[in-house]
This record gives sequence, structure tokens and C-alpha cells, in this order.
Amino acid sequence: MIWRIDVFSKENGSSADISAQIRDMGVGGNPRAALRKVYFLETDASREDIARVAEEVLINPILERGEITSGMVRADHGAGELLVMYNPGVCDPTALSLDRALKDMEIPVSAVRTARHYRLEGLSPEAVALCAPRLFYNPLIEHVVDPAAAERVVSLNEFQGQQYRFQRRTVPLAAADRDALRAVSEQGCLSLSTEEMEIIQEYFRALKRDPTDCELETIAVLWSEHCAHKTFRGLIEYRERHADGTEHKEEIRNLLKSTIMRATREIDSPGCVSVFEDNSGIVKFDEHSHVCCKVETHNHPSSLEPYGGASTGIGGVIRDILGTGRGARPFANLDVFCFSPWDTGYEELPPGILHPKRIIQGVVRGVRDYGNRMGIPTIAGAVIFERRFLGNPLVFCGTLGIMPAQRAFKEVREGDLVVVCGARTGRDGIHGATFSSQELDESTVNLTSAVQIGNPIEEKKLTEAVLRSADRDLFHAITDCGAGGLSSAVSELAGEHGVVVDLDKVPLKYTGLSYTEIWISESQERMVLFCTEQNRPALEEIFAEEDVEFTVIGRVTADHTLRLRYARETVAELDMEFLFTLPRITKQAQWEPVAQTRHSFAERAVYTGELLDLLAAPNVAPKDWIIRQYDHEVQGGSVGKPFGGIEHPVIADASVVRPDLASDRAVAVGIGLCPWYSDIDPYWMAAAAIDEALRNLVAAGASIETAYLLDNFSWGSPDDPKLLGGLVRACRGCADFSTYFRVPFVSGKDSLYNEYLIDDRRIAVPGTLLVTAFSVLEHWNQTRSAELKASGNLLYIVGETRAELGGSEYARQQGQAGGVVPKVDRRTAKQNMEAVIRMMRRGTAVSCHDLSEGGLAVAAAEMCTSSQFGLRGFLAELPRDDSLSDGELLFSESPSRFLLEVPPQRKTEAERELKGISHAVFGCVSPDREFRVFGQNGNEVIGVTNERLRQAWYGTFKEFRYRQETAEAR
Amino acid sequence: MNDSPAVLILRTAGTNCEKETAAALSAAGAAPRVMHLHAFKKDPSLSRYQMICFPGGFSYGDDLGAGKIFSLELMLWFRRELERFIQNGRLVLGICNGFQILANTGILPDADFRQKFTLAENKSARFEDRWVHLTCPAEAAGREIWCRGMPRVIDLPVAHGEGRVYADGPVTERLRERGQILFHYCDRNGSSAAYPLNPNGSLAAVAGITDPSGRILGLMPHPERGAFAHHYPGWQNEPKIPWGMQLFRNAVQYLQQVNCT
Repeated sequence: MIWRIDVFSKENGSSADISAQIRDMGVGGNPRAALRKVYFLETDASREDIARVAEEVLINPILERGEITSGMVRADHGAGELLVMYNPGVCDPTALSLDRALKDMEIPVSAVRTARHYRLEGLSPEAVALCAPRLFYNPLIEHVVDPAAAERVVSLNEFQGQQYRFQRRTVPLAAADRDALRAVSEQGCLSLSTEEMEIIQEYFRALKRDPTDCELETIAVLWSEHCAHKTFRGLIEYRERHADGTEHKEEIRNLLKSTIMRATREIDSPGCVSVFEDNSGIVKFDEHSHVCCKVETHNHPSSLEPYGGASTGIGGVIRDILGTGRGARPFANLDVFCFSPWDTGYEELPPGILHPKRIIQGVVRGVRDYGNRMGIPTIAGAVIFERRFLGNPLVFCGTLGIMPAQRAFKEVREGDLVVVCGARTGRDGIHGATFSSQELDESTVNLTSAVQIGNPIEEKKLTEAVLRSADRDLFHAITDCGAGGLSSAVSELAGEHGVVVDLDKVPLKYTGLSYTEIWISESQERMVLFCTEQNRPALEEIFAEEDVEFTVIGRVTADHTLRLRYARETVAELDMEFLFTLPRITKQAQWEPVAQTRHSFAERAVYTGELLDLLAAPNVAPKDWIIRQYDHEVQGGSVGKPFGGIEHPVIADASVVRPDLASDRAVAVGIGLCPWYSDIDPYWMAAAAIDEALRNLVAAGASIETAYLLDNFSWGSPDDPKLLGGLVRACRGCADFSTYFRVPFVSGKDSLYNEYLIDDRRIAVPGTLLVTAFSVLEHWNQTRSAELKASGNLLYIVGETRAELGGSEYARQQGQAGGVVPKVDRRTAKQNMEAVIRMMRRGTAVSCHDLSEGGLAVAAAEMCTSSQFGLRGFLAELPRDDSLSDGELLFSESPSRFLLEVPPQRKTEAERELKGISHAVFGCVSPDREFRVFGQNGNEVIGVTNERLRQAWYGTFKEFRYRQETAEAR
Repeated sequence: MNDSPAVLILRTAGTNCEKETAAALSAAGAAPRVMHLHAFKKDPSLSRYQMICFPGGFSYGDDLGAGKIFSLELMLWFRRELERFIQNGRLVLGICNGFQILANTGILPDADFRQKFTLAENKSARFEDRWVHLTCPAEAAGREIWCRGMPRVIDLPVAHGEGRVYADGPVTERLRERGQILFHYCDRNGSSAAYPLNPNGSLAAVAGITDPSGRILGLMPHPERGAFAHHYPGWQNEPKIPWGMQLFRNAVQYLQQVNCT
């Protein structure tokens, strides 16, 4: 029978949090909502046993009390009550944990489910209908139980799959015309173009048979934009108009290889071990170990189900690291988000799109709950706000890992066993790979199977089991199940050999999956590894101890064929060469330069108000309310925190962490992101993003000589020649400045089709490139911080200031588009960085902060307000290329600039070390906690207290921070 | 002669601070051994250890409440061994999730295996990682074991979503009378303080408690994350003594002395 246990809180009846959210939706009156947890157990166990379960497992006796009833619906279920349950097949981590406890207690159950119960008061039925799907549940993964229907439910398993009757299915292609081919692709959600369908038709005509559904799906996955990066590797006919009106035409074969990868090859860094090959880029850490890094984009699911999308995003990139080489240990995560401003009105929301506030909170919770449970510190990140991200927010998740040097490469041998390990396979996320290659529109919202929920504890167990096995060298190839699930993982790993897989051996979460669904399911927390028969018992023992499933599903062959079987029948037989020979597609790209005219800002006598507004701007104001929700110190390696200070907020440029407590070495991580510059020229946007990421490293004390880069492009449709033209420009910017700085890209990822349709109007995200930089420090004690250290110290500015405010924080504050985009100066940028590092290593400089959003004024204010001191600054002597106004000097975003704090007794050394570098003494640190800057005429252009700076800087996100009115009395 | 006290660090699915806790204990002079609960179940003998440590993390995901299933398994499988271990005067240390486990099982506060308090959800209703100030009351029973040589106020980080010491009735008063409160959250001068210095809204700003003997310690702050010089925020400004390491050293020295006598 079905037992139901309701858990009531003793502390308080209604949740202030939910009530506030209801009011937020514009619902008047005094709405109240009370939430309680509900558990269902289907078992023959006695009521006494159920009472024991409630008491020992489900209820915290100090805080809660429980009520046990039978059946799905309680007799007192009334109007205004909602019982929310997961949709069939959605992962329910709590139910899995409960199942585990019941096994420990030796109480047999046939099914376990969880639910949330809401009791709503003071809400009209219309208000409930408005709020419920927005606040109380997400229809993509959950539903409200209909009490009348639920009363008739006799088994919880009714919610799960039905029986599956095997039937081999083929898709008639041989005689299909173009329209029919297009229909096959569309109806099957294959995202294959008609040209690609024709190539497939041709292949099967030659074989004189029709493809099975499974074969077609396999091809769709491996040829998807997500897996194959067709745009980056395809043919591009590129046209660029020059300023003089002439046009330059060229054919680009493989954009990635001809730009970013070419630069890496040219630099030929001795530190690179494996780049653009494995699941992440591998570089040298010290003589014993390598570090690796990967950053993924996870945009599309996050816009629909922020919590699940973000958690599976971080879960996926962690597995990328785990599946790099023969297994790396993740030691740091990073997360970067691009959202629409959180004050976007509800009436502005396109249909089916969640409010940015809900997306922000959902994404942060998703990263937090997954990353924290994995025991991996989330040490770096960024959040920016821009309206064009409304329908298509961007979510980037990255992970760094460390591995023994001898584990860098996989080996695949004929006869290897193919093993799937970790979570079971369900119907989760079918068509995720092809889905992420589509634009979002209203109908996307119905594609429920594309959204998944992560289960971090499953992944944590899997990580431990894999790493213990890797340490004993028990397997020799491994990869993660990401987009496309087993289909891409197994095919890619065995691509050069051949493989046979018995799909009916794959352990399933529930019955009812077809062989094709098993093959392409994107259930999370699974890895594929190849091992020998000989090592199988040792592996099985480790996986059993860690409580992780380990199943042999196939064998590596030598016939260069992918062969899939179900119930001893062959359901797919594809030539590997065909599968991995991507149809070359040709796309048109066009670039027309935008005229760059210098802004004419109104000149002011005083800029204090502008500075305070910039400090309060959401893109500048500190995101400590996010960072503090992430465990950024687990693993014990924290050296430079993402946000310092105990009692006061302290700014940080890059985060620094020791990946291995047995080594004094450390890794610094910096981020560059400036999508607004793309509106003027993506080439300079890319250059500026690289410069910013490297500046972050340098400011934290890490050298660019030991630095590496990762690129993540999030762009609109590559079928739009102008957007693709911009992408070509951005790639060239990456290549040119990677080469210039001699810092190679080692890994990357592109996400295209980031656009949204509103009333047939296409809105693309700004051309966004996230540059992640990391660098190895020889000793953690080389790390430096940004806050002012001592009164009387001098403040140097390094680097030239130019009238470059196009796309700047200040220009946007002033409502001015266009302008001159900040450009990285190839004569000075690298020298500036090298000089700064030298000065910090020698102790000439005691703190450093780079100049980015908001320019000099914001950087100086951040250094000041992160300390207990004041500052005097003077604009008259700043190095510049031209005559600039005070406003331009204060807020220009010219790259490659730093503020350095130098003790007065080191002045001579500082001058010597800065010989030949554009620099000046900007000012000094004062004991009075006043921030004053004097203009070129000697008049005070900014005058404000440190406290006031902090209020502006720290005030913006106060509604996201928790504030307690009174302390508990001691 | 090997005088490094043997410490058993028990882990299970979701435990995630065992490696750095072991590293800090090693650096403090102990001989730590990390063992999975399943492996320990095969040979549940505690006699070779002088200290047990329950490290931080999210055991079994904390899906049913912090430390709930880990506690259930301890009580189902190892209650007798734990009782004997405690009676023999050995040390027990629970950090964060480990503290939650000691509270759930009733090993704290009175080692009578009856739950008397809980670590409830933070008042802020969210996970928070931040550094806090801590002060050890002069009358604390565990002061001589764990806090020797420490100044009035030390700093350590907390990182948890459920760390609010909460009990029905006058439990905290009784703990104070019997010297069982080892750490209070406080301001930099040692006076009582509001959020965020009391990061979770704990009753009486309690951050760590011991049994009446002082030998069983549970605390929310992470001493293993305040064990090396670079852990301290702002170490670039002025070098600080990592007091978390001192706590481990004190435990090691206590065990070495007990051994000698």
C-alpha cells in the first residue's frame, strides 16, 4: 500500500520568503504560503515500521513533527492546497537518498516518491493560477497533483515507465524527396539540414537498405552543431569592407584551425601537453602533475529551468575534467552569467520566458547546490547584465583539474571492455545535443525532455570511484556522457577502432525505454570507460565500495564499425568513417566596419555623482551575495579568495588556489568578458577580453609567461552573414592577441543560435566571448591582493589612457552608443604586464588592481573602499596619447592599465623598473578615509568619503543579501 | 617509537573535507587514516585509534537533513564500538557535517545517544561561506584540550547552510553552566555580535560545543581551512597565525600526554 508522511515545521507556519515572492508578482492583499515536505512509500511494511522511518530518517525531532496517513491524498486536502510532484522520469535525489536509508534499515519498499505541499491563503484562484507555475513549481519538470485522479492511484510505479516491447524500427528514406527528408528531420527533432539528409539518403541507398531510427539519431547527434561545431569547422565565404570602401573576399576553411588553433601551434608553448584534443586542455603544473581546464556553455536549458540547467551545466563540466586523459581530479569551479537586468518588468517578458530575477536565483542555487555538494570550491566568476540577454541568458560553467603527469593520454585497444558507470539511464534530456543547436521560440517551452535535473551525490560517488581506479591505473580510456549520451561518448572514444554495444545491458532507471532512447539519453552522472578483462574484478570491487553501478555493455573491435544490438538483434551498423566525416557546409559571412567617432560627453566640474553611480552599477557592484553562497574554500587550498575581508568587503582580481597541498605551487584564474565592445568591433572585443583576463592574473601576482587561455563564444545565428562576420573578426582577434602575448588557447567551446523570437523579431545576444585565463605560480606566496596597504604609500598608474569609451560602462551610463572602442596597444600591452609582475615579485609594489569597467576612477575607488584608508589622486600627470577631458581620463577603458601601490622608500626602484613604460604617480594613500581626485586644472573633481563609496558600491544588491535586524542575545 | 596519535577519519558518499582534514592533522603530528564507512563496516574496530574525526561535507547529499543518513548508519552499525571508544577517554572531533552528525546521534552534548539539540537551517536560509571571529569562554571544559595557547579571539571560516544551534527549552543555559560551550561567534573584541558575525543565528551565538569532559568536540567552523598561513583573508597585509592548526596540534599533544601517563 501507499503510505504518506507529511512533515510539519514546529518553528513557523508560513514562509516569509514565499510570501514575499508572491507580493513580488504584483499580487495584492496579504498572501501567505506554508510549505511542507511530503514523502510517499509503497510497501508492505507495518505502520510501526513507517513510524520508525518517519522518526529516524524523515523528521528532525527538535524542529518537526510528522503525520502518517495512507493513500496519495489526505482527507483534509482542501482548496488552496497544492501538492507538487516531479514529472515521471525526472530525477528525484531525495527519493534516492531515502531509498538508501530504507535499505540500511532493512525495510523493503517497492517505490519512494517525494512531494512539496503548499497551503496558500489570501490568494484568489486567479492569483494561484498566475503564481503557481511561476513560483511553486516548474511545469517542465513538475506538476500539481490532481486530488481526484490521485485518489485512484494504487501504485507509485504508475508514475514511471510502461513495459517496453522491442520492435526494430526503420525510417523509409530511399524514395523520399527533399520535402519528405525535411519532414523526417523536423518530426524527429534531428536538426539535420536537407542537404545533410540527402547525404544520409545517399549512404543508405548504397547499402540498399533504410536506416533504423537509432542510426538516424546517432548521425544527428554526431553531426549536431553541439558535437561537430559545423560552423567553426565548415567553409566560410568571408567578405570584409575596408574603411576606404574596397572589399576583401576570402574563403575560410575551418575557422577554428585557421585562427585560434593556428596561434597555439605557432606559440608552441613547452607547457602545453594536450590542447584542443581531449575533454579539456592539459598543461604542465610541475614535474609530477598536469593541470587541465574546461569551460562549457549551458545557455539553453538554463533559460527554461534555471536550477536544473545550471546544476547539470556544472555537473557536465566536472565530468569533462574527470574524463580528461585517464582521469583528473577537479579542484576549482568557475561560473559566469549574463542576464537581463533584474528590474525588468513582468510585462516585458516574452511568453514562456522566466523573469531574470527567478533565473538569477535559480541559476545561483543550481551552481551552489551542485558545486558545494561536489566538494569543489567555486573560486571565480562574473555576472553581467544587459537587456538583450532577456530571452536567452548565458551560463558558463568551468572546472580545473589536476592529474599525475603519466595520466595525460588515453589508450584504446581492440578487445577492451566498454563500461558505463554511475547513474542509471532514463528518459532525461533526449535531444539535448540537437536542441542546443536551435533557436528558442515559444514551442521550445514544450520540449520537456530536453531538461534534466542533476544529482550531485551520484556524481560525487562516481568521482571518488573513478579517481581511486585511476590512481591504480585500472582503466586506460575514459570520457563523460554529455550531449548525446552514450551515442557520442562511445562513438568518439572508439571512433578509430570500432565497437559493439549491447543496449539491453545498460542499467535503466525504469522500464519502457526503447533501444534508441537508451543510446541517446542524456541522463546525468554517467561516464564511459574502457578497461581490460583482467582489471574488471578490481574495478568492480572499488565501485561496489563506493556504491556506484559498473556495467560492461560492449567491447572494442577492429572493424571500424559502430554496431549496436538489442535482444540479440542488430539495431545499428554504421561505418565509423561515414559517421565522422562531417558534411562540409558553406556559410556566408560579411563584415562592415562601424565608423568610430569620439563621444562628446558633457564636461563637468565634479564627477562624484557619476563615480557613485558607476560603483552602484550592477555590472560593477560586488557579487559577494553570490560568491558567499558558494563554498570557495573546500579542499583547503584557498590562497587568494574571490572576495576577501571578514568585516568589510574586499575586491579581488583573480582567485588563487593550491590544487595539491603537497606542493607550494598555486593556480590563478582570471576572466575577461566585454560583450558591449562587440557592438563596435568584435575583433577589439576579443583583444580586450584577453587583455582583461591576463590583467586579472597579473594583478593577483601571476605571470603571463605561465598562462593559458580558454575561449567560449556565445553568438547569435551563424546563418546571418553579419553575425558570422563578427564571429570571424572575434576569432581573428583571439588569434592575433594570443600570438602577441605568447599565451596559447588550450581549449574552447562555441554556442551558436543564441537568439530569441519576439513577435517575429529576432533578438540575438551581443556577440559574447568569455576568455578564461589561468596561470601557474611557482609559490603561493607570490599572490598579491588589491586593497590599499598603508597610509603614505604612492599610487602609480601603469599604461596609457586614451579617449576610448566606446561600449564603456560610463558611455552606457550616459546613454551613448557607438564611440571609439578600447584597443590593445601591441607596442606596450605586454611590457606593461611584465613590468607590473616584476615589481610585485621584487616587493616594489605591495598591491595592484587592474583598470577595467569604469576605468581609473572605479579601480581607485575599489582599492580605497576595500581598505581602511583614503586616497588622493591627480589627473594632470597621467600618461595619455592626446588631450583628454577629466571625464575621459577618469572613465576611459583603455586596456593594459594597472594601479600599483608602492611604499615611498621604494620610489627610486619603481622609477627604474618602469623605465620605458608609460607610467606616472597618480596619487597617494591617505590616513583620513577620504577619496579625493583633482583634475587637470587642480580643482577637485571627485570628493567623497570612503564610507560613501562603500555604500554606493555595496548597496546595489542589498535585496539579495540577508539582513538581520537584531542579534541573538548571548 | 611512533608517537603520532592514530586518527580515523570516517567518510561516506558526499563527505568532502576528508583530504584537507587529513593533511592538517598530518601537519599537526597525527597519523590520520581516511576510511569509507563501507570499508570500516567490514572490520569495525576502533581500538587502534586514539581519535575519530567526522569531517565536513554533505553526507548522502544531506537530502533528508544534514548528516541524517550518516547518523542513522552509525547508530545501526557501530553504536557499541563508539560507546566503548568514548568511555576509554579518546577524542572525538566533528567538523561542520561531522558536528551535525554528533548532534543527531546524541553523541553531543552528553554522549548518552539522545538528541537534545539540532543544527537548523541558517536564519539567512542559505549556504554561506565566510570568516568569523570566535572566542572560547574561560570556564569551557574543553579549553585545556583544544584551545591551549590561543588568544581571546581567533578567526576561522564557516561554510554551511544548516549551522544554527537550536534546542527546545533551556539547553544552551545548561551547556553554559557545565562549561560545554567551547566557541561563541563574536566580534573582533570578543563581544557578542549580530549577523554576519553570527553567521547562522545560533542560540547564544554557539559555534562549538563539547561533552562535559571536553573530549568530544563538535564545531561548525572549519579548523582545516584555517590551518595554513595562506588561508587567512588578507594574509598579504599582515601574517597571521593559523589557529586552526593550533587546535589540531593541541589535540595531538593532549593524546601524546595521555599516552605517556
